[in-house]
Formats: sequence, structure tokens, C-alpha cells
Amino acid sequence: MVAPAALRVVRCGGSNLHGARAVFSADARYLLCTSGDFVKMYSVATEETVCMMQGHADPVTGIQLNPQNHLQLYSSSLDGTIKLWDFTDGILIKTFIVGYKLLALYALASYEDSVFAIIPKSGERDSFQLVSVKLTKTAGQEMEAKELSVILDGVDESPKCTAFGREGEYVASVKEVNLQVYFFKRKQMNRFSLSTTNTKGGNNRFTCVACHPKEDCIATGHGDGKIRLWRNFYHNKEYTFSTLHWHHDIVMDLAFSVEGTSLLSGGVESVLVQWHNGSDCKKDFLPRLGSAIEYISISSDGTSYCTSHTDNRITIINSNLRFSKSIQGLIKGRDVKTGLVVDPRTKALVLNGEPGHLQFYCLQSDKQLYSLDIVQQEYIHQAGLNQVDLVKVAFSAQGKWLATVEEREAADLELQLKLWVYDEETQSFKLNTRINMPHEDRITAMCFRDTDELEEDSPMLVTAGKDCVFKVWVIVEDTDPEAQQSVSWSCDFVGSYHNYQATNCCFSEDGSLLAVSFEETVTVWDSLTWDLKCTFCHPPGKIRNICFGRLTCSKYLIGATDHGFLCCWNLLSCALEWSAQLNVLVLQPDPLSEHIAAVSWLSKDSSLFVFKPNEPRPICIRRNLCKEKIQFAAFVPRDIPETIGSEKYLWLRRSQLYFLTNTQELMTFSTKSPEERLTPSSKQLAVEESLPMTPFSLLLGKHRHQQSQEDVDLGKVVVHNHYNQDSPAVKELLYTPAHVLPSASFLCPIFINSLLTSKENKSAEEVADEVEMESEEAEDDSAEEKDVTEMEQDLRPLEFLGETTCKLSKSQERELRKIRKMDYSWISSF
Amino acid sequence: MGEFEVHRVRFFSYVPAGVRCLAYHRRADRLALARTDGAVEVYNFAANYFQEKAIPGHEARSVEALCWAAGDRLFGAGLGGHVSEYDLERLRVKRSADGFGGPIWSMAANAGGTQLAIGCEDGSVKLFRVVPDGVQFERSLERQQGRILCLSWHPSETHIAAGSLDLLHVFDVSSGRTVQRIMVNYHVQKLKKRECVVWSIGFLSSGTVVSSDSFGRVQFWDWERGTLLESHTVSNSAVLSLAVSEKEDSIVVGTSAGATYQFQLLPVKMGSQDKHWVRTKPFQHHTHDVRAVAHSPTALISGGLDAQLVIRPLMEKMQKKGYEAALRKFTFPHRRLVSCARKARLLLFQFSQHLELWRLGSTNETGKDGEVLPVCRVPEHLVQLKSKGPEHIYCSCVSPCGSWIAYSTASRFHLYRVQYEGDSISIKKVTNVPKLLLPAYQLQCSADSSSLFVASDRGSVHMLQLLEPGGCKHLHTLRPPSGTLEAVYLLASSADGNWLAAASGDWEIHIYNLKRFKHHCTVPTYSCAVTALAIHPVTNNLVIAYSDQQLFEFGIPEKQYTAWSRTVQNCGLHKAWLERDSPITHIAFNPKKPSHILLHDVYMFCVLDKSLPLPDDSASLMNQSTLKQLPETARKRQLHAFKICKKFQPLLFADLLDENCLVMVERPLMDIKTQLPPPIQQKKFGT
Repeated sequence: MVAPAALRVVRCGGSNLHGARAVFSADARYLLCTSGDFVKMYSVATEETVCMMQGHADPVTGIQLNPQNHLQLYSSSLDGTIKLWDFTDGILIKTFIVGYKLLALYALASYEDSVFAIIPKSGERDSFQLVSVKLTKTAGQEMEAKELSVILDGVDESPKCTAFGREGEYVASVKEVNLQVYFFKRKQMNRFSLSTTNTKGGNNRFTCVACHPKEDCIATGHGDGKIRLWRNFYHNKEYTFSTLHWHHDIVMDLAFSVEGTSLLSGGVESVLVQWHNGSDCKKDFLPRLGSAIEYISISSDGTSYCTSHTDNRITIINSNLRFSKSIQGLIKGRDVKTGLVVDPRTKALVLNGEPGHLQFYCLQSDKQLYSLDIVQQEYIHQAGLNQVDLVKVAFSAQGKWLATVEEREAADLELQLKLWVYDEETQSFKLNTRINMPHEDRITAMCFRDTDELEEDSPMLVTAGKDCVFKVWVIVEDTDPEAQQSVSWSCDFVGSYHNYQATNCCFSEDGSLLAVSFEETVTVWDSLTWDLKCTFCHPPGKIRNICFGRLTCSKYLIGATDHGFLCCWNLLSCALEWSAQLNVLVLQPDPLSEHIAAVSWLSKDSSLFVFKPNEPRPICIRRNLCKEKIQFAAFVPRDIPETIGSEKYLWLRRSQLYFLTNTQELMTFSTKSPEERLTPSSKQLAVEESLPMTPFSLLLGKHRHQQSQEDVDLGKVVVHNHYNQDSPAVKELLYTPAHVLPSASFLCPIFINSLLTSKENKSAEEVADEVEMESEEAEDDSAEEKDVTEMEQDLRPLEFLGETTCKLSKSQERELRKIRKMDYSWISSF
Repeated sequence: MGEFEVHRVRFFSYVPAGVRCLAYHRRADRLALARTDGAVEVYNFAANYFQEKAIPGHEARSVEALCWAAGDRLFGAGLGGHVSEYDLERLRVKRSADGFGGPIWSMAANAGGTQLAIGCEDGSVKLFRVVPDGVQFERSLERQQGRILCLSWHPSETHIAAGSLDLLHVFDVSSGRTVQRIMVNYHVQKLKKRECVVWSIGFLSSGTVVSSDSFGRVQFWDWERGTLLESHTVSNSAVLSLAVSEKEDSIVVGTSAGATYQFQLLPVKMGSQDKHWVRTKPFQHHTHDVRAVAHSPTALISGGLDAQLVIRPLMEKMQKKGYEAALRKFTFPHRRLVSCARKARLLLFQFSQHLELWRLGSTNETGKDGEVLPVCRVPEHLVQLKSKGPEHIYCSCVSPCGSWIAYSTASRFHLYRVQYEGDSISIKKVTNVPKLLLPAYQLQCSADSSSLFVASDRGSVHMLQLLEPGGCKHLHTLRPPSGTLEAVYLLASSADGNWLAAASGDWEIHIYNLKRFKHHCTVPTYSCAVTALAIHPVTNNLVIAYSDQQLFEFGIPEKQYTAWSRTVQNCGLHKAWLERDSPITHIAFNPKKPSHILLHDVYMFCVLDKSLPLPDDSASLMNQSTLKQLPETARKRQLHAFKICKKFQPLLFADLLDENCLVMVERPLMDIKTQLPPPIQQKKFGT
């Protein structure tokens, strides 16, 4: 069924959750936040993603509830559109095309038909203006919203730097050291400015602004950590402000509580501060929030607060300043050194997370599963301090063992190799062996011997170091009875080759051979006897990557040199099978197939080549993958093999290729068309199912249950009742939003039909299918309905005619079938 | 500027007394200030905040409250239990009346200035009527438990609010009954059962009572219902003082942590009548308790135990930014406390109750500009003269030869003869001093040390002849022909002994001919206070500095302003000169360079060279450092009359000893701070 679609590169989650202020739904049960091009809805109670709204082509910059309808959401994006969503169903209602990059969005209750947005000023760079966008209320999915009127010029692009005052009376905007307030009714503009630095050398620059919801009071945050509360600002001269000072560095965001009695502020200290009644003396703190606070938002009923952090986390906080929940996305560190590794157990992507931690990131739910503290040392936030870095990670085939390497660059290098064993009881990794200075110099590569079938065979780890040796580590039984563990790791073999630096190591699929590259040479060793079997080289290039072929191609060894060659050696003949000129950066074999993906870098953009080692011709070439350099790639096995139409993309059937660019963007390939990725209907059900049980629903459910029990006892309308609940047609009718439903006159017969009990029990799919087909037909020709009724009259003579049925048209046939299925037993009751 | 050998004197261990209370007089635009040692000062805001009057303190007469009543009359009350009226012309206490209620903690005048209410130790509030000859006890209001620490009249004069320990009272004036009692420590947890001291109170016309207490709160009460309207916790330490603006839209409070805060009555929403009090601006100008605050229409005024008077103009009330809107801090008196015996190289320091005579150190080395020379003889503390009795010293002087020391208190005049025999020193009191009308407001010796001029009240100056070996004789009393009530507070005698100039409190300067003991002439009146006077030793021109920083030169023989003075008035002085904060307190001359005038205020020392052109506003006034870097020819073009040195700060006294030797008396603020008790511990971020 799937049409051969083009292979598309898509961002696959892991996007910033702190792109804009998160928004609570009106009942504070859901939290909506932007995530790259998407808008995500999380359940506040369970932290689960309830629904994902996809449709924007560029990152979403602002979301706001529709003040007129609290079940709708406006979102703005850099693609120049404002979209209106029904977020409970995740359905796009309308798209307004503005035509400018939208950098922020504000929606006010007092302005029914317009929203406010920040757009770049045409013709000027780095100059932005606040405009009101008139949203016309006409039917249709897409419409132009070109009616813009400029409210403020020269505003800051950040959405935090503009705020609307009580009941939309005024708008306050800050930029650099200037505050401007515009009163809509009086059409008056007041400007206030501060000196760039104050007497004590603090930075007076404004960083954010918030307006009191009930009173005329503006709170502004400053670069030196001060918060100023401005009042009386309708007088250009007699304005006044008071100062609150706790933060020692930039105030990142401010928010007033619903009644305005308290003010929340956050900054790089990772502490949420609650100020009461604008007093400097009374304040509460919620410390240790992990990382700098980017945005603060408050639910409209005031029960929850939410802070977005720079490490891609959203924290939900109770109104009494108790930590409640946290939603952790992919942590984007400064530098991913471990590469992308797939945890065989959870299929999660494993990479550097918080400093010294390993994050397990679930690709399906775009959430961090957990974070494993590897370094186990307190991280000290200080510039210029040599921190311990996690540099290498490897999992054994079944995910039982995890090996990590950490290093600290001091006067002399500090290295530590740690081996972790998976503890079934605690469901996490436990440190088994710690080896100080496993090599004299940096460890360049590390791999486990895959022992898939032979579980009793002890695992084996190989590390290659710049100190010109590779070391083999094996498990030994501990003889010391007092030791807590029964097994530990120790070095079994040290190999070297002509005193060259070992750069890569790799086991063959069956684990019998180990390939270690020493600068220009690849050496192949027997893993049982540790004999050097053979060597390959392709001078003058040094070996950058090596890997063995899999399955049918396991006799091949692939190597890429930094001189721009990709070579394939035959292990049986010990000869070069083929070579191609390609500047390969990443060489990644698929563990479930013979395919090997190679990412090359050609002057300006990256290209992907997928090939099988047994044929020198690539299966798939994808040029212009992205503009950035690709750092790492990983094949992640799919849970269910995907049905892929095109021969060309068969390599994506069993596993999916993910890659990480040097701008920390996680990408993948999708063969689905963009439309297909939109609004899968299953999400609607997810909303309902994730609802918590209310006492009312419990009561009602109990009642229903009882009723059905009674029905069973009576044996009367059981079938009817059952049918009523399960019919997809009814479901379709009840759960489809009203505006996308066809006319009631058309729906009526289907609905009635569905209520009637049929003789044979149809499966749900069939019914759905039929209904759908019927609706299509009805749209085609409304006149046909009359024909049907006419034909119904003709039915009786037809029965007498017998064999003439073959002459009936398809539609008639179906009609007929339906009628036959109908149960006319109810007539008997008359 | 020329090079000088400078005696940088830092051994004058003067510690000004802390500010105890303030009273602002709106109509006269004057501020009365009382210090903890009982001294009372009056600052004239119209005359550039000049300290116009200073009444020295008295050991037994502490001042707890000051108020202006019945026009321009100043009343004070203190722990001595007396209500006294100050004589601002003769600078002393005019009359006192006993309050009969023990120590008086507070005093307030009603809006009309006809009645004074005092709060006493015994818990009584007493009303005094202001009568032409002092105050008259009227009646006592209902007595309460505990001392009355603060008082405030309702603007309609019908009620009085009084603050005590843990309690607020509201009295009905006509009946004398307590009509409301409010517990202020009601909201405090029982655990920290401390006394809540209501330090200060304000009664607004709307019926709101504002109280500030020792828990750091400023609270607004509805007195009729006795309910709390608003409560603002301002500080962790006590809020000691409070003042309400005349329009009742702004309140200033001072805390014991040295901070002052402004509260403003602001509308909740634009255009609505609903208003509330909002704490707006914090100011941290003091290091110690802010015991007194006052609210002028355009400025917040605060005085603290660190002896500073701070005047912080409100930006929004100012027409334009600039000089008017600048913050002003006053720590030192605008009077001379040091006198110098030029020939003997002695310095006489005046403290509140004693005098110190020091001999300057000397060196026999020379060095380049900016070098510190090693001292071969260290400065020597020769004599300490303790004044007897509780009265503080009004003025003192040492003769140029160093052999006579004179000082005066409120009731006594002392003259000493000092004799130096090698290293030993003997001091002898001159016994038969003539009975003069005391106190003396200024003492000045003639250049040849033969006579002593004593400035007295009613514009008169007494001339005493100093006789060897130790005696004196009253020669003559010089009186202005027109007659005045104000006392003379500045004197200047000419080097040749012919002329004497005397400035009195009404800002008139009279010049007397000493040869004929006759009034010579009067300097045309200028509408500002005189801050310093001196007669040029060569030309006999009188140089006058006014508090608005204007400089005049008056030719005494010619009885008119000199040509240079007219040029100065025509061209105008440099803007930066006029915008200085502190007045010129001393003028000296260099006899070898007649065109030079040496001036100083607290922050600078200036050599004014009359032979050079005056700077215009485009040139930099303080150009000494840039001049140094310029080549000789360019330097010539840039030269102007004002040569200013700011190296010595704060400067209490500067004088020329001989043609290239200067003495500078500094009193670094840090040295004063170390003498003060430690301030309240406050956590500073990053320490």
C-alpha cells in the first residue's frame, strides 16, 4: 500500500523543550510545550506524552491557549504560520499564513480576533517589531493573515522581553537598558531608560519582563540579578520602582502568580525564588533544580508552576514550592565524546548526559529513561576547571556488561576504566571493577566480544590505546572469599604491533577474530590463541574506521582511511576485494543485516552511502544529507520490521539509522511522506485512556457494569448494548470533531444502521471500512441515494427473478447485502 | 600651581557626634538637626545647604526631639526632662520649662504651631502652649503604662497618636481620653516573645496611623477600628524613624541597618481611586542606625549615628537633572575647628570639651613632586586643655606666635599664656579676663599677636589687648552702626592691624578701622551666607566666599569691589566650581605672591591666581593632571586661574605656614568609622 516515497531526513525528537514558555491547559491537567517543529502535550499527572502536534515546518517559537476557547491552542513558528489546534484531539483546525518569521506569540482575551507576534522588521537586520495579526474568521483550513499593524518598533526578539499588562491595557517591552510601555486606549507611549552600568558596576541591562495581572505593576529582570518593580509608569516623570535583589547573575525569567501576590524568578543559579507582596524580606526558595531556568510558567488556576531548563528538562512544581514532576528530554551537552551507543536491553540511545553521567534516551517517547552516574564525583561549576570526562562507552551483546572510560586532563592524564554489571534486582548497572590507568595513554577504542549464542562463554573486552598496545580483559573468578563479588575483570593479554599506536579495534561477528588497526595497518588476531593472523594496509592513509561484515558478508573486513579511501578486504583470500575513493567520517554496520552505512564529508555537506561488502556498488546514495558535519551514527533495531515498498530502502527495514551532527542535532531517516506522519487517529484514544479515574467515572462505570450484568441475566438486549459500545461507526461519530464530520442527514442512516443488531457479528474493522467507503460514495453523488431507495422498492420482485442478481451494480449489491444483514425482528414487537 | 612642602596632618582625631533628630521647616526651608552630644545645628537649604547656625552641646542636655513652632521658633526636648526654646540669634538656649514627667522621649507640634505635645518616661502625654515668652504647661492627657517614645498629631489637631512598648494609643485632645489602644505585636509568633518597640509614628489626615517598630515593620492602621491595613516588613532590624511628606503621598523610614526606604501611595490601577502604599526606593547611605529622617517636598533627608546628614533629592520632583538633583552628604561642620600659629608652627584642635595643641613635625630633606619626605622630628602633642563644666566649647584660637590660647564656652571665656622653654612647656591661665557678654562666637588674634578679637552677639566685636607677661585688657567694643540682633560668626583682621571685617548671622559684613575704633563701611549685602572671610596682607582687599560658591574681592580703602571681582561677576565662575557641594571654609594668602588666593573646602584645595584668565565652561576646571603632561608652550595656553588639588580629602583645614610650606589637616572617614561602635552584622554576598 505504501507508495515509494523519497527518503527524507527528519529531526527525531531530542529537540529543545525550552524553546518557548510552556503552557498549562485551563484545567492544569496537561502541559503543552514546544519541541522543535512540534508541540507536545504532556499529562501533568503522569509526565507521559499524550499527544504530539506536528505540522510546522520550522521550530515552533510560541504557544498560547486561545483565550476564547480553552481547548484550542495557537502556535507560531519560524515558518511564518500561526496554527490553531484542538489539542485534546491533536487536530490542526486552521493555519494562518503570516508570511514573516514569527519569533514570539501573545494572545489576549481582550482582543478577540487578533493575536500579537514579534516579526523581523523588513529591510533591517536585527531589528524586530511587535505587530498585531488579525485572524479572520472564515471557513477553510488555510488562510492568509496579512492584516498586520505595528504596535512597537525596536523590540527585542526574545519572547521574554515583551509582556502584556492587566486586561491588555498596555504592553511593556524591554531592550538593552530601555523599557517602553504602550497604552492601547490612550495611545500613549512611555519610555524609561537606565544607565548601562550602575554605581557598583552591575549590569543594568534588561533581560525579561512580566506584568502584574491585577495591578499596574511591571517586573523587570536585569543582567546583574536585580528585579525591579515599576509602578506609576503612566507618568513619564513620577514613575517609581523598587528593587528586589537575590540573584547574583542574570535573571532569566519572571512570572507573577495568578492573583499577583507573589512573583517567581529564576536564573542561572537553578533556584526558583518566590517573592511575596513585592517585599525584599519575604521570599521562598526551591533550590537544586539542576540547571539554569530558562522559562517559568504558571497554570491558570495557580496550582502548578513549571520551569524549563537549559538541559532540556521541564520541572513541574506545586504551588507550595514542592518539586512534583520532571520531564527530561535529550540532554545536549557541550561535547558528546562517547558517540551514539545503543543499549541492547532497552534499545535506548546512550550518550553523554549531565557532566559525568550517561543518559539513556528513549527514542520512541523522546524522553530520558534514566541517567547513570559514572564519574560519581560532585560536579563543580567553575570555568577553567579540569573536569573528569566520560569518553568511551561499550555494551556487551546482551547488555549485561557496560564498560566506561573516563579521563581527566591534568598535568598527567588520569584514566579510569569501569566495568558495570546489570543488576536484575535493581534494574540498573552496578559497578563491578574499576581499573586505574588501564593504558599509559588515551584509550582510542573499546569493544566487547559478541557472544550471542554462547552465553556460558565469558565475555571479553578489548581496549586500544595510544600507548601502542591493545589489551584484552576477561572475567576471572575471585578466589578471595571475603570479596563481595564473585567475579571481576583483569587483563588477559597485551598485544602490540611495531610500536604503532592502536587506533581501532573490532571483533568479527562470531567473535573468532579481532581486528586492531595500528595507524596504517590493520592486524587480524585469533581471539583464542592471540596469534597475529594477517595484516592489511592501504598506504599512505592511516586507518580511521574498521568493521567486519555481517551475516553473509562476514568474510569481509571494511576499513576507511583518512586519506579518503574505503577498502574492503577478503579475509579468506587476504586480498583487497575492492576499494573506493571516499572520505568516510563514520562507518556504521547494521547489526541485523549485511548493510553498512558510511557517512562522508565532501567539502560542504555530508553524504550517506549504504552498501553491502560483497558488492562494491552502494545500495543507496544520499547526497546533501545536511550542512553540518556528522559526528556519530547508530543503527537502532526496530521493534517491528517496517514494510518498505521501495527496494532502495530495504536496508531500513529492520533497523533505523540515527545520526548526530556536530550541532548536537539528532536526525534520522523517514520514508513516510510528511502527511502520513501527521495526526494518526490512534492519538485520540490515547487522550481518553490516559485520563485519570474520577469518582464519578468509577461510579458510572460500576453502574454500567451492573447494568450489563443484569442484561446478561435477563438475556435481552445484551447484543445491542455490546454493539453500541464497540461499534467503530459510533465511535467515529462521537469522537470526530464536529467540524470535520459530514452533514447530519448523511450520517443519520449510517448511525441508525449501526444501532441495529446484525445477524452475524462483524469485526470492527469491516464496519469501519464499509462506513468509510460509503461516505466516499455519498460525497461523489448525492443523487444516488434516491436510486437506492428506488431500488429498495425493486427488491421484492428481484427475489422472484432469482438469477438476475448478477446484473446489479456494485452499490446495489452492497445495499442488498446490508439489508440482508439487518435484523427486522424489532418489527415483530409492533 | 607651584610646589609646596606639605604637612599632611592626620592626627586630629575628631569624631563628629551622631545625628539624633531632625526637624524640617517647610516655610523657611531650613532643617534643624540635633546631635547625640546635644548640639543643635540649622541648615539653610536656600543658601546651598549651608550650616547656618550651630549651638554647641551640653553634657546634661541631650536632645531627643526638635520641632519648629509658632513661626520660626525652634523647640527641643530631651532626657533632661525640660522643654527648651533655642535662641537662634544668640545661639543658645533661651528658656526651659520642666515637663514634670521624667525624661522626655518625644515631642510634636500641632499643625498650627500653637501647641506642643511631649511624651514622657512615666507614660504621660503633656500639652504645652507656645506663648511669646516660651512654653506654658496646659494639661496632661490620660496617663499610660510605659514610656511614650513617639508622638504625632492628626493634621486637624483633634487627636494625637502615641507609640509605646507593644502598644499604640490614640488620644482625643479635647477630652484627654484614650480612644484607641492597638497592640502592635499581635502577629508575631509567641516563641520570640520580645518587646515590640514602636520607634516612630505618623498620623495621616485620612485617619491612618503609620507605625515603625523594632521588628522591622512599617504598619498602617485604621485608628478608628483599630485594624491593620497594611504591613510591610522592611528590614530584619528595627525601623527607627519615619517621616511623612506634607502631601501625605510619600513616607521615608530609616532602619538600624543604615538603610532608608521610601514608601509611596500609588494607585493600584491607572485612573482608579484605589491606592495603596508601596515600598519603592531603598537607599543605603549610612553605615549605622538612621535615627532621624525628614521629608522635604523635594528630598528625603536622613541622619544617622555615623554623623552623616544625607539629603537625597527625589528625581521626579526635580525640574531637571543635574546639580539640584545631586545627592549631598555632610559629615563635618561648616566651621573651622583648627587654628594655626604660623610662626610657631603649632596647630590647635578644638574638640567638644577639650583642646589639643600640637607642634608640627619637620624634615630637613627635600624631594621631588609627590615624594613623601622622612620626618626627622615627629609631630608632638604639647598640651591638652580640658574645659571644665558640662558646656561644650564654642570657639577657640591660638595666636600666630603660639603663646596665647583662648577659648569660650556658653558661659565662660578662658585665656591662657603658653611659654616654651626649650622642650618644656608651661601654661598659665590669665586670671583677670574682662567680663564680657558671652558666649563668644569666634576668636581671632591679630597678626602681631597683640590683640584678640572676640565676636559677640548683637553684631558686636570686643577687642582685647594681650599684655605681656600674661594679662589682657578690654580695649574697645566695635558695634555696627545700624544695630542687629544676630551674632557675629566670622572675623578677619588685616596683617597691618588696621582693619577688621566681621560677618554676622544676617549675612552683613561690617568693616572697622582699628586705628580709630570706628566703623569703616559695610560690604554691599549679598543674598547668601558668608562662609569664609580674609583680608589680603598686601593689598588689604577683603576676599569673601559665599555659600553659593561665589567669590568677591572688596577693596577696603576704596570701599568698593575690585576690578577683578567685577570681572569675575561679569564672566561668571566655572560651572564645575559653582556645582561643588561643600562651602569654602578658609581663605589664606601667600604674601610673596600677592595675586594668589588659597581656598579650601572639604574636598579640594585651590590656589586662585588672579593674574591668569578665568576658565570658561568649555575648559576643564580640574586640569592640573593634564597640564603636567603637556609641553611648556601648550601648557601656557591651557593655564587658567583655578589650580585645584584634590589629593587631600576630607580636608578640615589648610593654611600656608610660609611661602612654600603648607599644612593640611585631613580626617579620613575610615578613621571615624573605626571609632564608631560596630554596625549591625549583615550578610554580604560573596563574603
